[in-house]
Amino acid sequence: MKIKTKAYGTVEVDERQEIYFPYGILGFESFKHFVLMDAREKPFYWLQSVDVPEIAFILINPYLFRPDYSLDVPGEELEDIGITDSEDSLVFAIVTIPENQSKMTANLQGPIVINKKSRTGKQMISDNPRWKVRHLILEELAAVRNEVC
Amino acid sequence: MLILARKINESIIIGDQIEISIIDIKGDQAKIGIKAPKNVKVYRLEVYEAIQQENKAAAMAEPGSIPELELLKKNKQKK
Repeated sequence: MKIKTKAYGTVEVDERQEIYFPYGILGFESFKHFVLMDAREKPFYWLQSVDVPEIAFILINPYLFRPDYSLDVPGEELEDIGITDSEDSLVFAIVTIPENQSKMTANLQGPIVINKKSRTGKQMISDNPRWKVRHLILEELAAVRNEVC
Repeated sequence: MLILARKINESIIIGDQIEISIIDIKGDQAKIGIKAPKNVKVYRLEVYEAIQQENKAAAMAEPGSIPELELLKKNKQKK
């Protein structure tokens, strides 16, 4: 399938990259069909709307900069996309990049969870007040590095 | 906005499927119980709004703005 993307113009995508969001994404509820693609810049991904090229989100695996991250969402939310076993899920955080890129943040309070088997996704809301909408990725990554060294 | 006065253990019903009860009131905080169908999502308003707003900010990202990130190699996607 060929789709128009915000980042790379028209690209060919595999059907296995298509993810259906039955509830949309908060604030963008009417868009339900997305494609998950690797960004050229590692370790980011694009969640690209199939219908509107301008609608695309940058994603990151939250465990990369917060190894202590936990998906504190109610079980019913996971069941909404058929997840009963965490083995079936992929977890991402939406990244916001301001003008000063070093201040880029990840939203850990509203993670994107994807059921790998059914390729359905949902933005969930974490119950844990530890997770906020803006976590400074570089700062928190540096804190993890210091712990390891 | 419709305003109703309710005491502890009293409820209101919205439509025929959404029931809201006052469980407890302590000082300026009320504990509210909500019964609603599965497809009706219930969130704290300020959290819902914060996430919605953040999504809108995130969607503004320009493709050229993504920096390269040097990462720890050992932290793979966990369960």
